[in-house]
Amino acid sequence: MTTTAKLLQFARQWKSTAKEMLGHTIVLAQFFSLLHLTENYICSPTLVYGPSMLPTLNFTGDVLLVEKMSTLLGKVAPGDVVLVRSPENPRKTITKRVIGLEGDTVTFLVDPARSDRSHSLVVPKGHVWIQGDNLYASHDSRHVGPIPYGLLLGKVFYRVWPPRDFGPLGQ
Amino acid sequence: MANGNFIWNVGRKYFAAGVIGLAISDRYASLMAVRGSSMAPTFNPYERKSSRSVSDDYVLVEKLCLGKYEFVRGDVVVFRSPSNYKEKNVKRITALPGDSVHLPSFDTVRIPSGHCWVEGDSSACSLDSRSFGPIPLGLICGRITHVEWPPQRMGKVDSGVSEDRLPFTT
Repeated sequence: MTTTAKLLQFARQWKSTAKEMLGHTIVLAQFFSLLHLTENYICSPTLVYGPSMLPTLNFTGDVLLVEKMSTLLGKVAPGDVVLVRSPENPRKTITKRVIGLEGDTVTFLVDPARSDRSHSLVVPKGHVWIQGDNLYASHDSRHVGPIPYGLLLGKVFYRVWPPRDFGPLGQ
Repeated sequence: MANGNFIWNVGRKYFAAGVIGLAISDRYASLMAVRGSSMAPTFNPYERKSSRSVSDDYVLVEKLCLGKYEFVRGDVVVFRSPSNYKEKNVKRITALPGDSVHLPSFDTVRIPSGHCWVEGDSSACSLDSRSFGPIPLGLICGRITHVEWPPQRMGKVDSGVSEDRLPFTT
């Protein structure tokens, strides 16, 4: 066998290996892309904890399924529990309940622990009013004001952990 | 049968390409057209009224900055309008959390944490933080790094802040 033939054979082998590797890469890229799209546009699991949504959500931590379609389509209604990008720290997300949409009049207690002084205002265009279920330990629209709708990341619709609370999340 | 198989194969290929493309444009970078003259010297310097679509600039929007939300003064960013989440605006960040912006009416606005002050480069025809106040950084959905079209102005976007923006102190 001459050197040229050997080289040719080697090149052919290399070509088939490269082709195979390219195929694998594309399949892998496709898998991760589908994962990304599911996470961003359909639904994704999230771990939330903290006192602000007691008694609906536990203090120690719940795993929730967050559905992204209804925020993208603008179908968020008052009473929904939503995942929100915190206006004060964009790296954090918070879970709160929507109380009022744009144009609604909301009335809230300014400081529920000390007085029952209440205040009401109209939510401006493109904003929502969010509040925690635990009025005494929640940092929400009562402190930072109405938040832009664009900060809403998704609507919580199902709880998967802890197992005794497994099930859809009511209004 | 062979024909159906062929269509199935082509369809699968297009689907795969679409899925990968969408994921890349979401996570890493995408192209976008800039409309309007609010960023006039930087984008769309010559506004032509008759053929508006011709004069649109196409820009490269980088999304990697969304991992940490770290921005510097002078970055040109795309963000969702605070009054309408379906609309996206392009403006320049001029002040960051902790800065104080001095308004022409002798008021001073202190920018709260997690917010920023955005202004258009042509202050005469720009709807920006001077009318709606500081915006949350969470509304930002990308940073513009390059102009891609028209070809004679292709290149990096400079991060210089224009002269007529509002003064601020840190």
